[in-house]
Amino acid sequence: MFKKILIANRGEIALRVIRTCREMGIKTVAVYSTADKDSLHVKFADEAVCIGKPASADSYLNMAHIMAAAEITNADAIHPGYGFLAENSKFAKICTDHGIKFIGPTPDMINSMGDKITAKNTMIAAGVPVVPGVEGLLESVAHAKSSAKEVGYPIILKATAGGGGKGMRVVWEESEIEKAFENAKTEAAASFKNDGIYMEKFVEEPRHIEIQVAGDQYGNICHLSERDCSIQRRHQKLVEESPSPFMTDELRERMGTAAIKAAQAINYESVGTVEFLVDKHRNFYFMEMNTRIQVEHCVTEEVINFDLIKEQIKIAAGEKIVGKAYYPQMHAIECRINAEDPYNDFRPSPGKITVLHQPGGHGVRVDSHVYAGYVIPPYYDSMIGKLIAIAQTREEAINTMSRALSEYVIEGVKTTIPFHQQLMRDENFKSGNFTTKFLEGFTLQ
Amino acid sequence: MDIKQIQELVKLINKTNIGEITIEEEGVKITVKQKKDPVQHIIAGAPAPAYSAPPPQQPANSTAPPPASTKPAAAPKEDNLLTIKSPMIGTFYRQAGPGKPIFASVGDEVTPGKVVCIIEAMKLFNEIESEVKGKIVKVLVEDASPVEYDQPLFLVEPA
Repeated sequence: MFKKILIANRGEIALRVIRTCREMGIKTVAVYSTADKDSLHVKFADEAVCIGKPASADSYLNMAHIMAAAEITNADAIHPGYGFLAENSKFAKICTDHGIKFIGPTPDMINSMGDKITAKNTMIAAGVPVVPGVEGLLESVAHAKSSAKEVGYPIILKATAGGGGKGMRVVWEESEIEKAFENAKTEAAASFKNDGIYMEKFVEEPRHIEIQVAGDQYGNICHLSERDCSIQRRHQKLVEESPSPFMTDELRERMGTAAIKAAQAINYESVGTVEFLVDKHRNFYFMEMNTRIQVEHCVTEEVINFDLIKEQIKIAAGEKIVGKAYYPQMHAIECRINAEDPYNDFRPSPGKITVLHQPGGHGVRVDSHVYAGYVIPPYYDSMIGKLIAIAQTREEAINTMSRALSEYVIEGVKTTIPFHQQLMRDENFKSGNFTTKFLEGFTLQ
Repeated sequence: MDIKQIQELVKLINKTNIGEITIEEEGVKITVKQKKDPVQHIIAGAPAPAYSAPPPQQPANSTAPPPASTKPAAAPKEDNLLTIKSPMIGTFYRQAGPGKPIFASVGDEVTPGKVVCIIEAMKLFNEIESEVKGKIVKVLVEDASPVEYDQPLFLVEPA
């Protein structure tokens, strides 16, 4: 087992990893930018090394500085958390080259899932359902028209170099396709300097349901069931839960099997998540695989009573995983608490927290790195905590979440707590009746 | 004009924003000038050394008590000093190798570009250059010990 782990991250996830390491008797090294010198992860770790200026590129993304910190502290493993360098295959390789275990998958595994087209082709070869589409780029309007007939309307045009919703057009019938194609090309060229467009079937009213998986170094893979992450704003998850209110036992079996197939196709090692789009007919399609621990891993931890970070460290140390499938025994909901003003278009609200009171009691878990007097720096993401409510049924979990939100006091900065409070009272949310479009129709009172 | 009057003048200057005051009477001209620290005494007819940095000296002819803002002699005040901070993470070395000359010791003069130490990371040795001009007054880190980003390495008295 490792003697000392360096956590190449910050905020709540750094704290999360440090906590498990402490329970396992493993020494911890925190790294921090000058802006984070008062951060809780720095105070909780056994050792801390300042690695650079506030900007991420100078600190948390600075591979040389992080490796130097590992060297002077004699860390034998690095946990990358999520974001930053967690899915950077170059960094994973540098760790290996220096005899330091990267707690995650190998560089090849990261690369095979990092490229969207490669990932899709790997899935097709493995027999995992993918969003139906047409191979390659669309050469002309005529090609687009014939492809759309093949796939069947509605279709979505997507930029091959794309992201953030740019260069995307949904087309419902043939009369619209010429204009949509031209517009998509123009937008893609402007946004990514690459006007290549490809086509997929448009999955109507999709839900975002992902399956947690884990694989060891010996080829064993298991799944830990689903999380429903359909409540998203501009492709950012705000609320996650398990089990999904849309799930059935039969769908879970099919999706779990597909997720294991996906992980097996790349001989996956470590914990990871296979993301699917699920349509109203309960057809599911592979979207992508995240080869890292995720923000919302806590939801699975609570419904299956499992420490995913501990599992990740054990796998990295060469231990075998146990079991093939794990099923939710409880119901858990997570609300991401962000330092943003929900009444002003979720504008970020960094600054000093003057008053802080965290909720507690039965069925409440708070994963947060902030404290009264802490100054939220403006250089990083706005998430200041995760509030998880656990209960026997979904209805009770919602009640517990409402109760906990009403106890959560954060003053000095604006937070999204009022947004979550209104969401827990929303009839459609309470009935489990929502897709990824849900928040488009949601107005905060 | 007697000593008491001169003392009063000095007190006055120290208490107010007056920059300079000159009094002339009966063939004696006295000018008292306010400086940030300490107060300078210039007495007409007597040579008086001008000084800014410590240690303060009494003007040759004066037996007046020292001005209110005397600094203790010897040790330089910390806030005048510059700090050379580490630009990287690694192990700090004061010399390029055993037996080689030490780059910067207390009392040495440094100028921008002068190598003051080596910081080693991952088998690469990086020469760290001073960005300031002055005299080393303190070495803050022990030889062969680990340093982090922005860690203070040397205190320098500016030239």
